[in-house]
Amino acid sequence: MSAEMELRDAVPVKKKEKKLAKRTKKLNRSLGGTIFLFIFISIFAIFTSMPLVLTISNAFKPLDELFLFPPRFFVRNPTINNFSDLFIIMQEGWVPFSRYVLNSFIITGVGTFGHLMCASMAAYPLAKNKFPFQKVMFSIVVLALMFSPAVTGLPNFLIISALGINNTYWAVILPAFAFPLGLYLMKQFMEQVPDSLIESARLDGASEFYIWRKIVMPNVKPAWLTLIILQFQGLWVTTGGVFLRSEELKPLTFAINQIALGGVARAGANAAAMLITAAVPITFFIFAQSRIIETMATSGMKD
Amino acid sequence: MDYKDTTWSLIKKNRQSYGLMAPYYILFFTFTILPVLMAIALSFTSFNMFQFPTFVGWQNYTRLFLENEIFIVALQNTIIFAVVTGPLSFILCFVFAWIINELPPKIRAFMTLVFYAPSISGNVFFIWSYFFSGDREGLVNGTLIALGVMDDPINWFRDQRFILPILLVVQLWMSLGVGFLAFIAGLQTVDRALYEAGSVDGIRNRWQELWFITLPSMRPQLLFAAVMQITTSFAVADIVTQLAGMPTVNYAGDTIVTHLLDIGWIRFEMGYAAAVATILFLIMVGTNKAVQRLLKKVGT
Repeated sequence: MSAEMELRDAVPVKKKEKKLAKRTKKLNRSLGGTIFLFIFISIFAIFTSMPLVLTISNAFKPLDELFLFPPRFFVRNPTINNFSDLFIIMQEGWVPFSRYVLNSFIITGVGTFGHLMCASMAAYPLAKNKFPFQKVMFSIVVLALMFSPAVTGLPNFLIISALGINNTYWAVILPAFAFPLGLYLMKQFMEQVPDSLIESARLDGASEFYIWRKIVMPNVKPAWLTLIILQFQGLWVTTGGVFLRSEELKPLTFAINQIALGGVARAGANAAAMLITAAVPITFFIFAQSRIIETMATSGMKD
Repeated sequence: MDYKDTTWSLIKKNRQSYGLMAPYYILFFTFTILPVLMAIALSFTSFNMFQFPTFVGWQNYTRLFLENEIFIVALQNTIIFAVVTGPLSFILCFVFAWIINELPPKIRAFMTLVFYAPSISGNVFFIWSYFFSGDREGLVNGTLIALGVMDDPINWFRDQRFILPILLVVQLWMSLGVGFLAFIAGLQTVDRALYEAGSVDGIRNRWQELWFITLPSMRPQLLFAAVMQITTSFAVADIVTQLAGMPTVNYAGDTIVTHLLDIGWIRFEMGYAAAVATILFLIMVGTNKAVQRLLKKVGT
């Protein structure tokens, strides 16, 4: 059958097996193989983390260390001057730094919240109800996963202009509400909500909206977090491009990119800025990763 | 009652379901479906954003393939990106997730972060311009000169021999994204009973276990991750423009997407850009569908 059919089964999260995995002893494991794999993964982990470690190291390097020959990987005399330089540069702009931060928070905040609401509201009937055009509606979202927004960029500019929301926050936020990945993942998670819960609510005469809000949503909290992280990450790095032309609407990433283009004189501030932009989504993920595990562990007990 | 009536009554019966889906699907149609249809329609026109589009038939396409050498170079680069980073990142995602899955929970969480972080840390890929900075102070140049490997610094991102290989490394570095997470989650859901049964049936080591049990049970995740990795590998653009410039020296690192941005947003040849977008769309969806078909044969 079609690819969409198979895709429907992806990303299941079963709690029972996770609990079992802890109890079961690992089978078929040779010590040699374990050591080999551990060395293998460690080499790649070092390679992968090097750029991130360098980002941290650079952010605390005084300017002369950034332009040292021969160059050094790790900082010798750490300083926070780069951060104060960044702060000064940001104050010099005619749009205050705090404005970029605010813009980023509006765009990521509203864009993430709206996406979570729209996607989960649409995901519930797709996962649990049967109605005409259901399969087509879902497979068209799966199809949308198969191409990137670069395809739709130009016509979107025309559509957004026609809607009269060009050069407003909505130009970035509204399309983000309907990104396909969130709906896809949410629908997959929702399929595990027991039908009996929904059926009994329906017998009590609950509306579909009520069932979504009071029964389905509280049971898919891990999926909330997944959607929030993914959407946040996507929106955090947006520069607004052609959709946000006014300087006072531009997000933080845009401002940081401008500093990055500032060349040698701003190398220190640039290093500090990079650390700040990276720290936000990474911190968010560290926080959310443990929450997802925690949420899944506690929900596993009920089973 | 004929069939149409039944459908209609079913629609009426499920109106609450449609109501719940309406906000998402209205926006989805407006900002995803409609733009694709518009891109296809505009690709047969000449359009500069100011005058009404005029129909020109296949002219944009013939121009692309017959007169535009830059497009051919960009197409080649895109295919190189996709062929190298697509399958490789897919395999890396799986292998890393598989090894990480064997580690104790705390280390597992840390390793997941290490490998996943590059894909979410936004502009940190900019740090690669410090690694491969063109002057003596750049990390790679400085180290190589200090070691006596070479005498003069190489301007990595301006030398067309190096642009594409370095960009491939950067792209691979940041390609462990959603697909990787899907594998991490998926590996934990493989039924443990299968492993025990396998061990009784004579599976001796982890490699056999991987091949005969884990991979076949992971098929849904394999399919999902493939879609994610393929789409990303064809959409490479940001790292190119930010690290190597726009356009890159001799177009050595340009891809279809950067070319699309160039003709669309800088030269305002919308009909022409729409043709590029349509080709990109067909390549992405076509490859995805083909790989889905292929993956479904594996293990059956």
